[in-house]
Amino acid sequence: MATTISGLDRREFLRVTTLAGGGVLFGAYSASPVSAGVLEGSEPAADFALNVFIRITPDDLVTIISKNPEIGQGIKTSLPMIVAEELDVAWRNVRVEQAPLDTERFTAQSAGGSYATPRNYDAMRRTGAAARHMLVAAAAAMWGVPASALTTVSGVVLHGASGRRATYGELADRAAAMTPPDLANVPLKDPKDFKIVGTRVSGVDNLGIVTGKPMFGIDVTLPGMKYAVFGKCPVFGGKVLSANLDELVAEPGVQHAFIVPGGDNLAGLLGGVAIVADSWWQANKARRKLRVEWAEGAHANDSSVGFAARAARLSKSEPEVASTQDGDPDAALAGAAKIVEAEYSYPFIAHASLEPQNCTAHFHDGQLDIWAPTQSPERGRDMIASTLGIDADAITVRITRSGGAFGRRGNTDYMVEAAAIAKEVGAPVKLVWSREDDMQHDFYRPAGFHYLKGGLDGDGKVVAWKNHFVTFGTGGRPDHGAASMRATEFPARFVSNYELGTSFIPYNIPTGYLRAPRSNGLAFVMQSFIDELAHSAGIDPLELRYDILSAYKAAEGSEGRGRILDPARMRDVLQLVANRSAWGKVELPRGTGRGIAFHFSHRGYFAEVVEASVSNSGVVSVNKVWVAGDVGSQIVNLSGAENQVQGAVLDGIAQTLGQEVTIDRGRVVQSNFHDFPLLRLKQAPPEIEVHFLKTGAAPTGLGEPALPPVVPALCNAIFAATGKRIRTLPLSNHDLRWT
Amino acid sequence: MSVTFKVNGQSTTVDVSSDTPLLWVLRDVLDLKGTKFGCGIGQCSACTVQLDGEPQRACQIPISSMEGMEVTTIEGLSSDGSHPVQQAWMEVDVPQCGYCQAGQIMTAAALLARIPHPSDTDIDREMNSHLCRCATYLRIREAIHRAATIVVTE
Repeated sequence: MATTISGLDRREFLRVTTLAGGGVLFGAYSASPVSAGVLEGSEPAADFALNVFIRITPDDLVTIISKNPEIGQGIKTSLPMIVAEELDVAWRNVRVEQAPLDTERFTAQSAGGSYATPRNYDAMRRTGAAARHMLVAAAAAMWGVPASALTTVSGVVLHGASGRRATYGELADRAAAMTPPDLANVPLKDPKDFKIVGTRVSGVDNLGIVTGKPMFGIDVTLPGMKYAVFGKCPVFGGKVLSANLDELVAEPGVQHAFIVPGGDNLAGLLGGVAIVADSWWQANKARRKLRVEWAEGAHANDSSVGFAARAARLSKSEPEVASTQDGDPDAALAGAAKIVEAEYSYPFIAHASLEPQNCTAHFHDGQLDIWAPTQSPERGRDMIASTLGIDADAITVRITRSGGAFGRRGNTDYMVEAAAIAKEVGAPVKLVWSREDDMQHDFYRPAGFHYLKGGLDGDGKVVAWKNHFVTFGTGGRPDHGAASMRATEFPARFVSNYELGTSFIPYNIPTGYLRAPRSNGLAFVMQSFIDELAHSAGIDPLELRYDILSAYKAAEGSEGRGRILDPARMRDVLQLVANRSAWGKVELPRGTGRGIAFHFSHRGYFAEVVEASVSNSGVVSVNKVWVAGDVGSQIVNLSGAENQVQGAVLDGIAQTLGQEVTIDRGRVVQSNFHDFPLLRLKQAPPEIEVHFLKTGAAPTGLGEPALPPVVPALCNAIFAATGKRIRTLPLSNHDLRWT
Repeated sequence: MSVTFKVNGQSTTVDVSSDTPLLWVLRDVLDLKGTKFGCGIGQCSACTVQLDGEPQRACQIPISSMEGMEVTTIEGLSSDGSHPVQQAWMEVDVPQCGYCQAGQIMTAAALLARIPHPSDTDIDREMNSHLCRCATYLRIREAIHRAATIVVTE
C-alpha cells in the first residue's frame, strides 16, 4: 500500500492510497493544530479528520463517500456533485455511499443549520480538483508529456497532440504514486465551465425510493430481532411508580415488559415502560393493556392558557433582561406623529416527520451497534455512552436515511431509549414510536409572545420600535437558541430608536430547533408589524420596507458582523420579487389580496409575495407564491434547490393555516394528523415561482431560509383581502368570514 | 390464523393473529419494507397498496379480510423502476425525504390505470388523502402528468 501525504504544514492535506483490489482512494483531511508533528508516510493520527473521500476503481466508477446524514435536504446528491464537477467525471459514473459515524475520520457529521453547503463547498471543490490533478500527472508521466499538454473530459485524460487517451480507472493505480498538489492552491474550474454544478440532478437515492428499497431507519432488520414500544408519562419527565408488567408479559408474542427508571433531563432517557415482542404489532397491541401509576411531577397543571396569561402579566412589567437599546425609544415615541401598538404570539408546533422516531440497537459482547435515522449521530452516541455507561468507542452508529427530520432528529432521545432497551434484552431490538408517541413527545418549536410599540413621524418614517419579547426559559435565560432573540435581530440597527427586552416563562415542555429556528416565529411578528406600520402611515408595504432597509446604521464597536443582514442584498431580492409578481400593479377582486415579506436567516436572503383568497365562509386558499432568494454565487443542484424552497414555502403555509400544539394538564392535546394537520395536495397552490439571484457571496444552504417570510406574507395577504390583521397563529383559530 | 393471499403475483400464506393489519404483515412477516407506517389511523396514506387494483390503506386492513385477495405493493409495481409512474417520479425528481412516495406512487398508478390523462382536478381529488411532510406536491402533480405521457408512448 503506497501512501502519499502532502501539505503537512497546512491545515488541510490530501492523502492518497492504492486499494488492494485495484483503484485509488483520495482523502482530504483537516489537521487539528496538535497534528503538526506527524511525519510523512505515517498513518494519519486520530486528530486528522477526513472530510472528503473519493474512490476510483479500474471499472471507471467513482465512489464518493457522503458523510452527512440525508434527511430529505438532498445533501447526499449535492455535495458529491461538487466533487464530481472539479474531478471532471460523468455524473452517471458516480456512486454515493453513506458513511457511518466516524468521529476519528470526519468532522461535523451532522445535519442542521443549513450548514453543509457553506462548510463543505470549497473543500469539496479542492479535493475533486486535487484528485484530477494527480490523475493528469499520472498520464503525463506515463506518456512522457507535460501535464499542461493534457486535458480531461468526463473521466478521461486526453493528449490532443497525439490522440492518446486514458480513463481515470486505467490511471488510478499510477495516480497514487504522484505527488499530491497543495490543496490550498490547486487550480479550480471557472464556474462558467461547470457541467454538473448548477444543473438539475435527480436524487441519488431516487431509484431506491420509487422501488421501495429498505433505506430508512424503520426498515432495518436484523436476524433474531425483537420489536419494542416504549410508553412514557404524558406529563414530560414523569416517573413510573408501578405498572402491570405481569399482565403485559402474558400477552401474545410479548417477551419482555420492564420499567426504565429514566432521569430528569427532558432531552435524555425518560422514565417509561418498555414492551418487547416478536412483532411490532404485538408489542403495540399489548400496550393498550398497559396500566401505569405515574408520578407526574410539579408540572401536571401547566397549560397553554396559563402560559398566555403569564405572558400577559409579564408584559405589564419591565422586561427581565434588557437585550438591546439604541437611541431613546421612549422619547421618540413621545414625539411620534403616530403610535402603533400590537401583541403578537405564535404557538408550540411539532415537527411531525412522516417516519416516526425509531432506532435499532444490538448490545452484544460489550459492544453496542446502533442504526438510526438521525441528524446528530455523534450526540446520540455520546448520550448513550454517558447514560448507559458504555464506552463511546464500543458504540457503532450507522446513519440511515431519515424520513424527514426538520430539526427533530437533532435530539437523540429515541436512540438512548432503544439502547437502554436492547441492553436489557440482549437480542437486537427495533424501537418504533407510534404516531401518538411522536406527536406527544417532540421537542416543540417554542411558543412566543411579542408586545410591540412602533412610532411613525409625519413623513411615515419608522422612528421608534419597542419589543417586549416573552419567551420560555429557566433562570432568566432561554434553554437554547430556538427560544431566544438575538440583540442584533432585525430590525435592530434599522430603526434609530430601538429597544428589545426579554422575559421568561419557566416551563417543563421539551422544545428545540424546528426548520429555521427562531426565524420561523420572528419573521411572522416583525414582517406583520411592518405591514401594520405601513398601513397606519398610508405607505405601500413594499415602499416602507425599502425605507427601513435604507435606514441601516452600524452600531459602534463589534457586534458579531455577519449576523446582521446586508441591506443591499435584501433590497435586491425584495426588488426582484416585486418585479416578478408585478407588485402593486395587479387589480384583485374582493376577498383576494397579496402580502409581501422578507427575512434573513441561515445566511440566506429571501423575499416572498403570497396571493391568497378568503372565501365568504372564511376558508383561505393560496393562489400563488413568488420567491426571490440570494444564497450566493452558485446553486449547486437546481432541482434540489427548487424542491427545498417550494417545500419550505408549503411548510410555512401549513404552519400558518392550522398547526398548533396545545398543552393542557402538562401534556400535549394533539395526537395524530387529524388534529395536527399537515398540508394536503389540494391546499398547495398550482405554482410557486422560485427566482435565485446570484451574487458574489459564497454559496450557502437552502434547507431553511425560504420558510420564514411566507408566514407573514400570507398573513399580510389575508389583511389585504379581508382587512383582518392576524396577530396570533394559526389561522384556524380566526373567524375570517366576510360579506 | 392462517391466511392465504397473493402478494405481487405470488401466493403467500401467513399465520398471525386475525387483527394484525396488512401493513405489519407486509413489513415484518414478508419483509416488504416499501410500504410505510406513518400514522396507523388511515390519515397519511403512506401505507397505500393496491388491493385488486384499488388503492387502500394497509394499516386499516386486518389480515383476516385478506383471504383470497390480491395485493400489489411498491415492490410489485416494478423492482427496477421501469413503471411509467416510477420513471416519471425520478425524471421530475419528486422526492425529498422520500418516505411517503411509495404510497403516493401506488395511488398515482391506480389513478392512471383508470384515467390515462387525468386533469389537475382529478389529481387533486385522488391524491389528496396522501400526506407529504416535505410538501413535494407541485412535483407530484407534474410527475403524474409526465407519467401519463410515458404511458401513451409505450
